[in-house]
Amino acid sequence: MNKQVELKNKGIVASKHVKLGQKNQKGQTYTDINDIFYKAEQTPNFLTGSEVIRAAIKVASVGTSVAYPITPQSEAAALIGELYAEGYVDEYFRGESEFAVMGQCAGAAFGGHRVFTTTAGPGTLRAMENFPMWAGSRLPIQVCVTCRGINSPLSIQPDTLEMHYLLETGMLVWHAETAQDLFDFILKGFIVAEQPDVHVPIAVCCDGFFVTHTKDTVDLPPDDICLTPYDPYRNPQPVMDMESAPIRMMRDPFVMKSNYISYATHASWQQEIKAAVERSRKHTIPLLDGLIDEENTDREILIVGSGTAVSQSREAIRLLEEEGIKVGLIKIKTIRPFPTEEIRRATKNAKHIFVPEFNLAGWLAREIKAILPDNERVYVGPHVAGGMTMPSEVIVEEIKKHLGMEVATRGTLG
Amino acid sequence: MSKEKIVLCEDLADVMPPEYQELVESATFGDQDRGWKDIGSSKELIEQHSLCAGCPESIAFRYILASLPAPENTVFVGSTGCTSLVFPHVAVQNIHSLFGNQNAIASGLKRTLKSRFPDVEKDVVVLAGDGATVDIGLDMTMQSWFRQEKFTTICFDNELYANTGGQESGLMQKGFVAKMAPKGKNFEKVRLAEIAREAGCAYVAVLTVSKPNRVEQAIKNAVLVAREVGPTFVQLYTPCILEIGKQSMEGLDEMKDAESIGGRFVQKEYITDEAQKLLDSIKEETKARKKAAKAAK
Repeated sequence: MNKQVELKNKGIVASKHVKLGQKNQKGQTYTDINDIFYKAEQTPNFLTGSEVIRAAIKVASVGTSVAYPITPQSEAAALIGELYAEGYVDEYFRGESEFAVMGQCAGAAFGGHRVFTTTAGPGTLRAMENFPMWAGSRLPIQVCVTCRGINSPLSIQPDTLEMHYLLETGMLVWHAETAQDLFDFILKGFIVAEQPDVHVPIAVCCDGFFVTHTKDTVDLPPDDICLTPYDPYRNPQPVMDMESAPIRMMRDPFVMKSNYISYATHASWQQEIKAAVERSRKHTIPLLDGLIDEENTDREILIVGSGTAVSQSREAIRLLEEEGIKVGLIKIKTIRPFPTEEIRRATKNAKHIFVPEFNLAGWLAREIKAILPDNERVYVGPHVAGGMTMPSEVIVEEIKKHLGMEVATRGTLG
Repeated sequence: MSKEKIVLCEDLADVMPPEYQELVESATFGDQDRGWKDIGSSKELIEQHSLCAGCPESIAFRYILASLPAPENTVFVGSTGCTSLVFPHVAVQNIHSLFGNQNAIASGLKRTLKSRFPDVEKDVVVLAGDGATVDIGLDMTMQSWFRQEKFTTICFDNELYANTGGQESGLMQKGFVAKMAPKGKNFEKVRLAEIAREAGCAYVAVLTVSKPNRVEQAIKNAVLVAREVGPTFVQLYTPCILEIGKQSMEGLDEMKDAESIGGRFVQKEYITDEAQKLLDSIKEETKARKKAAKAAK
């Protein structure tokens, strides 16, 4: 497992959808994902993260989207409603809770639609029972998770703790750093998740507010082209539309049995979901240009992060550089599948590895520690939580402190 | 789906299970007058079941499957419980996902099938127990009715959690001593039919499964009204003979007692004017069609 995939001459298989090149009811031309990103002209736009989600869904040929209000994803969910009113999304409605919404999304996916929804923080946890069900049912639903704190006490501020809970759901979990990542990951996420040998759900995560509510420059393809539609029959499971012969699955449901065959059936299915997540690597690597990004990873000090912690780390590295301290950077784009081999290789020469995170659990540091030899090299932190920002200076101080260097404090600053 | 889609490979036909051969050769697909009377001769949708011997749910399953107006274009949504032990035997596509979310699943499914197949009537039917419908899933059950989702909800009401061993449920009678109600249930049986009516169901029926013709009519009404008018609800008494201390041959008597005057399951229907108008017109059409067929003979 976790074998590195050779990038040379590999590209995601071009769409062969029967509607490729045809126009939809809004006059958009169904276009292969490679052409959308690598051939079409990209134009800079200055947008909030929520508007970026809208822009992505406008060209994503989504069948169903179900909405529910929870900060900080409410705006994006409402903007998708506008797309529905304009005819870019076939079905859209407000559900009654995140648990229900994820069920409604599952129903739509069982019926053969491409499905998109958004949630955050407490909503992610309320919906949680659905996520392994989506994966076990091989439904390639996409949920955009705009991470926020988990109660209690009540918090609406950014915190990535909820991603920790998603790690063993059987979903693909990607973490966008910027609004540009968010746009790219949403569209590319559909294509990877829907590959017949993958066909599992995907959580495209971003840090709430930092990404959703700030404006950023994002390069967008023209909106008169759109993704080829989801083909529900390229599916490892029968579509629940009574268009294929119904089968009686078994005479004695396994749930009734306490025997080895029953256990083995369930165990092998769980293994298959994990294997499907691993198989996504070969589609993801060419589309995302690797599961990680590297900057100066030959250096002895490295920062490894995901999400906006990477942006803060870049600035910290610039500040450290001014003091003559050279630090490299690894940005992790996919948390599931986890880029084990990539991180092992990129950290081979590192003596100190710092993992800044927007949560108190330090789940990313734990993931990294679990796969690296000599993992005492990994320093778990710095952490902020509960909605705090992570000033670059905090990262700088933590690194210097750990390295036994003098740190400017309020006292020394006068 | 049409019957033309199911073809057996000639070389393998003789080793295919008999029920599959029946599905191909003598399925009642497309027969407008299919009904409970086909049960003896046509077993393509269900033959065996994995419930307790004499369980009224097993006969309820047969009646319902025989009464569907178009099984070739029907998808079931189930929930966790005794019903989920039967669905793997049923030759109609069906979804089990979680406990209590059946009406949420059905909402997304029905809308998607409507969107993908605008010219074909794809029926969605929810079939779940009383725990799933009323307790853990009441929110989603009612919200789908508020939203006027066009599918049928059937509740197998056995007045307790049967599959987990007989615990108190919202549809249990007041005073009944059960697990988790050691001093007897201390509130009334939830009036689900009235809730359904007030929540916006266009057709509501409450009955036992003692009489197949009544079940057939209720299911047909519910599915046909759901196609044209709005959400429909059928509550069927399917007593858990095991948990109420009855023998396997006593299920029928239990249902007959419950539906007699003063009983908890005296048959009742709530039908909106719009639904009644539709049912009347269907009745007229059926009558005329049968008359014409008779004359043609």
